[in-house]
Amino acid sequence: MVVRQVLLAAPKDTVVATATGCLEVSTALYPHSAWNRPWIHSAFENAAAVASGIEAGFKALSRRGEGGLHPIVVFGGDGGTYDIGLQALSGAIERGHRFLYVCYDNEAYMNTGIQRSGGTPYGAWTTTTPFGTVRAGKTETKKDLVAIVAAHHVPYAATASISHWKDLMNKVRRALNKDGPTFIHVLAPCTRGWRFDNAKTVKIAKMAVETRFFPLYEVEDDVYRITVPQPNPKPVEEYLKLQGRYHHLLTPAYQEALESLKGEVDANYRRLEKLSQLTAEMASTS
Amino acid sequence: MTEARLARAVAWVGDEAVAEAVMQCDVDVVAAYPITPQTIIVEKLAEYVANGEFKGEFVAVESEHSALSACLGAAATGARVFTATSSQGLALMHEIMYNASGMRLPIVMAVANRALSAPLVLNADHGDMMGSRDSGWIQVYAEDVEEIYDRTIQLFKLSEDPGVLLPSAINFEGFILSHDLENVRPLPTDAVHRFLGRPNAKYRLDPSDPTTFGAIATHDSYYEFRMQQVEAMERALDAFRRMEDEYEAISGRRYGAVDAYNTQGADCVAVVNGCTAGTMRAAAKEINRAGGNVGVLAVKLYRPFPSEDILKHLEGAKVAIVMDRSLSLGAPSAPLAEDVGAALRAGGRNLRLLSVIYGIGGRDFSVTDGRRVFDLAKGGFELSRKPVMYGVKE
Repeated sequence: MVVRQVLLAAPKDTVVATATGCLEVSTALYPHSAWNRPWIHSAFENAAAVASGIEAGFKALSRRGEGGLHPIVVFGGDGGTYDIGLQALSGAIERGHRFLYVCYDNEAYMNTGIQRSGGTPYGAWTTTTPFGTVRAGKTETKKDLVAIVAAHHVPYAATASISHWKDLMNKVRRALNKDGPTFIHVLAPCTRGWRFDNAKTVKIAKMAVETRFFPLYEVEDDVYRITVPQPNPKPVEEYLKLQGRYHHLLTPAYQEALESLKGEVDANYRRLEKLSQLTAEMASTS
Repeated sequence: MTEARLARAVAWVGDEAVAEAVMQCDVDVVAAYPITPQTIIVEKLAEYVANGEFKGEFVAVESEHSALSACLGAAATGARVFTATSSQGLALMHEIMYNASGMRLPIVMAVANRALSAPLVLNADHGDMMGSRDSGWIQVYAEDVEEIYDRTIQLFKLSEDPGVLLPSAINFEGFILSHDLENVRPLPTDAVHRFLGRPNAKYRLDPSDPTTFGAIATHDSYYEFRMQQVEAMERALDAFRRMEDEYEAISGRRYGAVDAYNTQGADCVAVVNGCTAGTMRAAAKEINRAGGNVGVLAVKLYRPFPSEDILKHLEGAKVAIVMDRSLSLGAPSAPLAEDVGAALRAGGRNLRLLSVIYGIGGRDFSVTDGRRVFDLAKGGFELSRKPVMYGVKE
């Protein structure tokens, strides 16, 4: 769904690079390919570096009149982006190559069987963060990836959700119009790893937004803006109870961990509100 | 008179010769990361970028892994691509080397050979490239600076040959060659352009004809993909000879897949790669002047391995000493010795081989050392079943 919505918003001549992951193995099984765009996959950790080479190749060839400049979209999962591919991503966006990097975040290494990643939220169950008598699932918080990308002062970074498809497509269009590296972080519910019925995929994505668990915002030229504000959020429990990976948090034994997670969700949204206000003021006075 | 003879000789160090060759090769994308002793290549190219003389894209990446990844992406657009590295950098590229050869992308890389850590050392041995020996890259070893220059140009032609389409690496020992100032007779740039032409990739990332690069295979198809690489490597042997014919026509220079000195009927032939070939030739000439009869066979093209040439030149020899500047820990001998042995056995020859390890981590190797290595094989010396670790301290 992420790929479909992104490519619907992207020009027809878009070239796609993908990191190793469930997307790659499920869409390009030789001798078949689901891609009707030029598509390349090399390794787990290097999709952004491959994209920088594609951009350089297009630039060099177009100067010679041997080819055109085409939009480049990269798809990487949370493992390939938060963890093993972070260095290549940082290097590529620091160098200013023009491409849109889309992280489809299902919050764990689902392709290898649900192991924790830097994108797994606090308290979530995975096979490497089981809950037990002394632990309540993952003990660390989710890495703030958009903040890391925004710290490179890219022209555009945003979060998006498949449930808010229009917002997602608008963000893709905005990103691709920028002359430089852009980034969109999309929450991608995973039926297998999150433990829910496939039919509830969009509902869960929507609930993540409406509970402020996954706020939709953008950072354009260093100015933050919440694009789908949630003035009256639903309780976080409404989101958690839809997924098997959080069920333990809703039992009395893990009450403390639940409160901690709720506090984190609240603090993050308030931080985004303040950042929006502050960066807008700074932009208007500069 | 060839065009090369019209050109004036210049003095370049090995790294500079690579950079100058790249400048003449109409390269579209260079992606590289600094590492000693290859750094001069990157710095020299960056100077040309700063002065507007390099017309392609120079991508100063954040690691060697990304260097080769960017090269891979660029090559997939159909661009002509170059990178350079050494030692730890090559080891970091290792994963992507297989991707590049598997996707049949004709990337050219210069490797200023340097031993691998630990312990960390800056000096030369071939252990870095031998670690990536089986990655599906064409590998040549140069022995002087002019050869480095010539091979850099030649490898673009060989890699881009439609029957080959494999990446390639020009190897030369770090510091010994990378920083050694020698005379080079560069070719006129227009002659290089005519020799190479422009790359004309059949498959590329082209929106008018979408192609999938880097699919996932199963046990039903992986073997066949690899078989295509095996066949491309075999074709590369003939393509190499054709390429050398063409290069000789414009330069008057030809190195061959192997270079033979006095191998026919010699009592003992030293088989060696890299710059020590010159050292061994000097040692052999001294021995022969004093009434001896020894030869030297320099292996220039290492992958694909020129087995037929090895067989031909060792035909009359009584003993061959195979010299390796790398270690295969726990192995019965060393990479070059094992390859030479396998080629001889496959050709039905049962020649006595002595495997000699030398020059590890840049340990100096002189003409006197060369004479001593030849001495190992004469006068009833009992040939060792294990490699001789020449030059190691007690």
